[in-house]
Amino acid sequence: MNKPLLIEFEVTCVDRSGATARLTLEPVGGVTMPMPAPGQFVNILVEHAHNTFLRRPISVNFAEPGSLMLMVKEAGEGTAVLVNSLPGDRYNILMPLGHGFTLPEKPEKCLLIGGGVGVAPLLYLGECLRQRGVEPVFVLGARNRKELDWQLPDFEKIGKTFVATEDGSLGTKGFVTQCPALDLEADRWYVCGPMPMMKAVAAAARKRNVECEVSLENKMACGLGACLCCVEDTADSGNVCTCTEGPVFNLNRLKW
Amino acid sequence: MVNLNIDLGAGLKLQNPVMTASGTFGYGREFESLTDLDRLGAIIVKGTTLEPRQGNPYPRMAETPSGMLNAVGLQNKGVDYFIEKIYPEIRHYKSNIIVNVSGAKVSDYVETARRLASLDGIPAIEVNISCPNVKSGGMAFGTTCAGSSEVTEAVRKVWPRHLMVKLSPNVTDITEIARAVEGSGADSVSLVNTFLGMAVDVERQRPFLSTVTGGLSGPCIRPIAIRMVWQVAKAVKIPVVGLGGIMNGRDAMEFILAGASAVQIGTANFVHPDATIRTVEWIEDYCRRHNITDFSTIVGALNR
Repeated sequence: MNKPLLIEFEVTCVDRSGATARLTLEPVGGVTMPMPAPGQFVNILVEHAHNTFLRRPISVNFAEPGSLMLMVKEAGEGTAVLVNSLPGDRYNILMPLGHGFTLPEKPEKCLLIGGGVGVAPLLYLGECLRQRGVEPVFVLGARNRKELDWQLPDFEKIGKTFVATEDGSLGTKGFVTQCPALDLEADRWYVCGPMPMMKAVAAAARKRNVECEVSLENKMACGLGACLCCVEDTADSGNVCTCTEGPVFNLNRLKW
Repeated sequence: MVNLNIDLGAGLKLQNPVMTASGTFGYGREFESLTDLDRLGAIIVKGTTLEPRQGNPYPRMAETPSGMLNAVGLQNKGVDYFIEKIYPEIRHYKSNIIVNVSGAKVSDYVETARRLASLDGIPAIEVNISCPNVKSGGMAFGTTCAGSSEVTEAVRKVWPRHLMVKLSPNVTDITEIARAVEGSGADSVSLVNTFLGMAVDVERQRPFLSTVTGGLSGPCIRPIAIRMVWQVAKAVKIPVVGLGGIMNGRDAMEFILAGASAVQIGTANFVHPDATIRTVEWIEDYCRRHNITDFSTIVGALNR
């Protein structure tokens, strides 16, 4: 696994939809960016927010040699600065961080289940799976069409994509757990989204006895396993750092 | 050429005055790819207790203006695990390794220090009588002169090398406590640990921390910490190690001019993982700009 580095990035492209933006960033000065593994995250310094102090941890939405994509949803002052970024803005980024999704050794049937801004890391995971000969199937949940439709073409390029929206404006009406696609035969589920959604999907995974990994977003400070703030109480080892042992955990490790 | 060496006495010689604050730098190795672990004055490792501790339940952290609250509660795998598993992996660093020692009872501190004494490569321990996040011990000792003296005297009997005592700012007069631990055999005092604080999630109408209150750190506490260092430096003869919201070399120099012989960098490591080494470089440059050839000559310049 690549060791974390501090790298200066420049925003080269901003796609916005409502309170969410997808930033494309490139390292400044010809620095080589270490390639993140799917499910890893970055910790980004936001200097012009007055009431935030720590870096903002953001999952990797997509990465290619020399280019990083982050999907940011406005949740407070720090993320608001990020969402309102303009091309040319620069950010100091600590990356890559954490322990990502486990990629299957041999081709398996994989379901990638996301909700809200939690769909973001599944795009990069899907691409990495595709490169390994897996045909990923996405099941994506959102409040409404507007939240998701601008991102859909990227997912559809990589794999078959099913959608559920709470208001029924796109795909199945309801939560991802109500999406018939969950009944597709699968060896492995990868899950990222809001906590109630992940817990509901986890319960469904247990019922089906399918291998399941979830990506947590416990509140973090350092991202390096030093401050011990972001701990998750695991069944096997008690409190462990979400930033280093996670953010992706096998469901069997969690006390859910 | 600037001489950044500083001698804190009782065998603790630093190549420069910059140390890491306990609990903010893990065991150093977490920062291996981000900062030069051979070029620090000392790495003060995570608070170590006699028995393993799980710490407090999540959530343990709340971001605050110019700082953060934490309620980690001394999560660590215990002194034996440190001695057997961690120390062999970090002993090769050219920076001093100092162990921060905490406990619920005086006998815990004593036994932990006694076991650490077997490690010749550890030139100092920092006795933590100021952790605000544990139910018993910790700050309970550090808020009275009698409690502070009791722990210091007991550890002094079993710890043969440099004994640093980390003080709590949650007291009426920190100089009294500093004098008490000096009189009980401490070789230096480090101050300040975190301030007891609290934050409320108004939407959910609940405290942010599982423990309700926690320790406040970061630049928001810096002016208070500097004031306390200035007071203590005038009150005791042993060296004072300053900490509290230092983000960079300029901040560190405030503490040094106010009387700190050395500094610790804590919360800044979470925001700038290279803050320690950048502080070393800034101080070196500062000395050059001010024609100071020997760093130790500017310690406490305000008090002269």
